[in-house]
Amino acid sequence: MSRLGTKFAALQIKKALLAYLVAGDPDKEITVDLMHAMVASGADAIELGVPFSDPEAEGPVIQLAHERALANQVSLADCFNMLAKFRERDQQTPVILMGYLNPIESMGYDVFAERSAAAGADGMIIVNLPPEEASELSGSLQRHDLDLVFLLAPTTTDTRAEMICDKSSGFVYYVSLKGTTGAATIDVDDVASKMSRFRLMSSLPVMVGFGIRDGETAAGAGQHADGVVVGSAIVDLVAKNATDPARIIEAVSSLISEIRLALDDLSG
Amino acid sequence: MLFDFPDAEGHFGVFGGKFVAETLMTALSELESTYARLKEDSTFISDLEDDLRFYVGRESPLYFAERLTNEMGGAKIFLKREDLNHTGAHKINNCIGQALIAKHMGKPRIIAETGAGQHGVASATVAARFGLKCQVYMGSEDIARQSPNVYRMRLLGAEVVSVTSGSRTLKDALNEAMRDWVTNVDNTHYIIGTVAGPHPYPMLVRDFQSVIGRETKAQFAAQHGGLPDAIVACVGGGSNAMGIFYPFLEDEFVKLIGVEAAGFGLSTGKHAAPLNEGKVGVLHGNRTYLMDDENGQIAHTHSISAGLDYPGVGPEHAWLKDIGRVEYGAIDDEQALHAFRQLNLLEGILPALESSHAVAYGMELAACMSKDKTIVINLSGRGDKDIPTVAKIDGISIE
Repeated sequence: MSRLGTKFAALQIKKALLAYLVAGDPDKEITVDLMHAMVASGADAIELGVPFSDPEAEGPVIQLAHERALANQVSLADCFNMLAKFRERDQQTPVILMGYLNPIESMGYDVFAERSAAAGADGMIIVNLPPEEASELSGSLQRHDLDLVFLLAPTTTDTRAEMICDKSSGFVYYVSLKGTTGAATIDVDDVASKMSRFRLMSSLPVMVGFGIRDGETAAGAGQHADGVVVGSAIVDLVAKNATDPARIIEAVSSLISEIRLALDDLSG
Repeated sequence: MLFDFPDAEGHFGVFGGKFVAETLMTALSELESTYARLKEDSTFISDLEDDLRFYVGRESPLYFAERLTNEMGGAKIFLKREDLNHTGAHKINNCIGQALIAKHMGKPRIIAETGAGQHGVASATVAARFGLKCQVYMGSEDIARQSPNVYRMRLLGAEVVSVTSGSRTLKDALNEAMRDWVTNVDNTHYIIGTVAGPHPYPMLVRDFQSVIGRETKAQFAAQHGGLPDAIVACVGGGSNAMGIFYPFLEDEFVKLIGVEAAGFGLSTGKHAAPLNEGKVGVLHGNRTYLMDDENGQIAHTHSISAGLDYPGVGPEHAWLKDIGRVEYGAIDDEQALHAFRQLNLLEGILPALESSHAVAYGMELAACMSKDKTIVINLSGRGDKDIPTVAKIDGISIE
């Protein structure tokens, strides 16, 4: 079993809750504390967003978070430092780095893989890297026992979905709507019908993201998937409370607790 | 054939490819298979040829610039007059082709990104011509410096969306157009204006622009005889250059030169010359030469010409540079402005600031070559849109 698979199994989760934040948003100091707070309030795994100047798949909320982080000069190396610091107190919670390819190309695939592993990452989601272009990076990551998670979209054909499920490791991420992050509300019926197809193709867990903003939407998607990813709703709270770190922690923790409760209700 | 690229996955050597969010992969495959079918379809081919002839006004002249030649005192300078096309630039060649594809795919809406506004105008024009809805993304910085084109797009019925993220120029307009496409992929075709973006765009746009090079070849043979010694074209994303170079790639004795924007000068870092000063990376769906910082963040570029103000370049250019078939030079803002003025004074032709980069390079090159040699400069667009920019530099307000 892959690294993420093993970690998820050890956590004995029924419905996983993955929480996203952008490293260094709104400042470098808060990120590690916020990651711990997310775990304390019920997140099972963290997606740590690596800031990029041209985040072409993001809606306005996450775009602005990338801009705030870049205004703080947050680099990929800073992300590793934050993750390593998080690992001083938490060795269990899976952490997935999520970002775009160019900063990784700039660092070099092998160096990236080595430093990711050293910092304590478990896997990667790279938004603009479909499996067709990923074999070289995938090889570098495998040598360090790191997972590379691929995405499925509503437009993905069955043939492609099979290929993607086959290449993905750790889990598969279903982007539940056509659009950018934070764009609209999730279509639960669509998630249900897609999930039943994906189940036939893969034994990997399928996580659903895009459009999950509260307990209700999380429960809707969570009924059908193995877990949910919450991104823009969290980043929006970070933005609204940007001047007050304590308020950020409080607001994000409260949202995650709400979603945790809603997901736990599903599992009975 | 040596230059039979890209491969089936859209690669030119290590460059190109499809680096996009999963949501777009199916749309790209659909575009690829539609294009593969249509390019062999005789109705599509004759519709395209008819529109290029009767609507765009092709062929565009190949003009011997005698006074400019005499002024430089060297090689004979010919200008390929893409500025005389309908809408005033080469951009329409590609837009006609892609609008026909959109119609065949049953997509009623097109979107486009634009820098100088030339591609936006061309897209808005073909949308009007074919009865398609059109939305054009343009950086707020570019909207400010290209106001005539902005109003023109609105007259053509297009909606111009001001992009205020990032550096507020062409690259950000491209990001925003990608976001629109991801959201509206079912009913929308994205007309990328240059030979960049994910496969099949670099190939598709090159093919539609190759009409420039095919005409040039035939016209030069008829008017002068043989092949020109050199061809010079400006390179932002690189579509006019790819279009004129492509039919000459196998003619090894024809020297091909792409000219990037050196902005305030290559040594200042404030330029838009990734082939001269950049490194390999991934942006906007393809692997190519880019301008980025040591952390892989895309750099803010500078050029006096909005159409060249872009941190990447088409992947086929990246490959042609690496294999040494095309040479890439750079011309700074001041040199481009000088050429802009000279072409007005000596030939009565108002070139776009983008094309003025090619003119400037071509003039210097001509001066270093003997009188029995020949150069073709691709005059990719006309400069009416740039009059406010140049007037402002001259301290004249024409608002």
